Amino acid sequence: MRALPVGQEALLIEVDSAEEAGALHTALLRRRAEGTLTVREIVPAARTVLLDGLPDPARWIPELTALEGEPPAPSTCSPVELPVRYDGPDLAAVAAHWGVSEREVVRIHAGTEFTVAFCGFAPGFGYLTGLPARYDVPRRATPRTAVPPGAVALAGPYTGVYPRTSPGGWQLIGATDAVLWDHTRDPAALLSPGTRVRFVPVEGP
Amino acid sequence: MTDRALVVVRPGMLTTVQDLGRPGYAHLGVPRSGALDPPAAALVNRLAGNGPDAAVLETTLDGCALRPRSTVTVAVGGAPCPVTVGGRPAAWGAPVVVPAGELLEVGAVSAGVRGYVAVRGGIAVEPVLGSRATDLLSGLGPAPLAEGTVLPLGRPAGAPARVDTAPQPGPPAELVLRVAPGPRADWFTARGRDDLTARAYRVSPASNRIGLRTEGPALERAREGELPSEGMVLGAVQVPPDGRPVVFLADHPTTGGYPVIAVVHPPDLPAAAQAPPGTPVRFVPVGRH
Repeated sequence: MRALPVGQEALLIEVDSAEEAGALHTALLRRRAEGTLTVREIVPAARTVLLDGLPDPARWIPELTALEGEPPAPSTCSPVELPVRYDGPDLAAVAAHWGVSEREVVRIHAGTEFTVAFCGFAPGFGYLTGLPARYDVPRRATPRTAVPPGAVALAGPYTGVYPRTSPGGWQLIGATDAVLWDHTRDPAALLSPGTRVRFVPVEGP
Repeated sequence: MTDRALVVVRPGMLTTVQDLGRPGYAHLGVPRSGALDPPAAALVNRLAGNGPDAAVLETTLDGCALRPRSTVTVAVGGAPCPVTVGGRPAAWGAPVVVPAGELLEVGAVSAGVRGYVAVRGGIAVEPVLGSRATDLLSGLGPAPLAEGTVLPLGRPAGAPARVDTAPQPGPPAELVLRVAPGPRADWFTARGRDDLTARAYRVSPASNRIGLRTEGPALERAREGELPSEGMVLGAVQVPPDGRPVVFLADHPTTGGYPVIAVVHPPDLPAAAQAPPGTPVRFVPVGRH
């Protein structure tokens, strides 16, 4: 673990894996909840956690790099279930990458419990991990100019669901009617870092 | 009429509602947004008798024109520009009364980029995650002003301003940005790092509320490729594949995969918001001892 100052008010803590970043994020959230860490933003990402709005960041380096990561608090609530029609235009391409049938892609994807590793790209867009590394897929060579809201997509090690229409280069394997982001709802984001997710196949449309 | 609202007669090239933004939601992918020149927004609020968190209008280069349905006190600041009320010249950088139905014309800037218009009571559009700011990256908050947009106004709160006029810094002839080394400075060669602070850059016309883009020499990378996505801060100097540094402003994405070579000292960012395309930019190193 190493900590990199980011200007005068932020610290980027770098670890070796998404799991370690998640564990560090949990530990930092607990410190903040206890009142022993005052910081405006705690932003987990692929292999880092950013602490932004942290006065005198260099002072915190010894303490925060010695912090033990923590597994997420055992949650009594079950995973968020997202109903999915597995009929995306890239389902066949993903099946080819995985070397399995389309039906098997659905079985594997819907049989996996995912965790939101981090959010970014758009409000409510989560980067979900859970698939074994052998199922990593590349982005499309040519991104689509408009991916519809609810599209369930794969890229690299991640699964994501587009909260709203946006350009995108991920491989689309299906679609959900779940509303990922609604700013009139509390919480606005259906998925936030640490949320567990299961995709449930439904017949469409 | 007692209807507390403004009708937009001329929206200008880009006029948005802005306030202190919505910090605290970066972990959900929500940009902070908010006024690009916070001291200017705070000053017009004070002149109009508002608290610091009241929503104001942020204009871009050519101002806007507004017609209040009831008599209101306004203050125009930020980039200097002519102000008229009902066709008659009115004060810039001072409280101005606009009678009901009269036209407030905020003219084209004579220097700088962003003007701020505060109205006593504040712009009272519905807040999203605690802020009324328009976020052009993620589309949160009200749409940019259009002809005919009706903006509701809040109830005046607190005492009116005691100051009649207030000094405001002039826009810079040269944009000097103090920078600390960024978390990924080691993704650049020594020459690349030196070039950032030694070579001449200019503000690119492609700049917007997301970032101040620059034109100038490409910075030489020590390693190719992208980083796994990581959290980004306001003032991050990110270097995309074309090698030209981009300074992240209020609507910047919360995560990104291009390396951050340096981070701008936050007090220098309001000046970046007021530097028109073509302005020379100089990055000055600090904190490297």
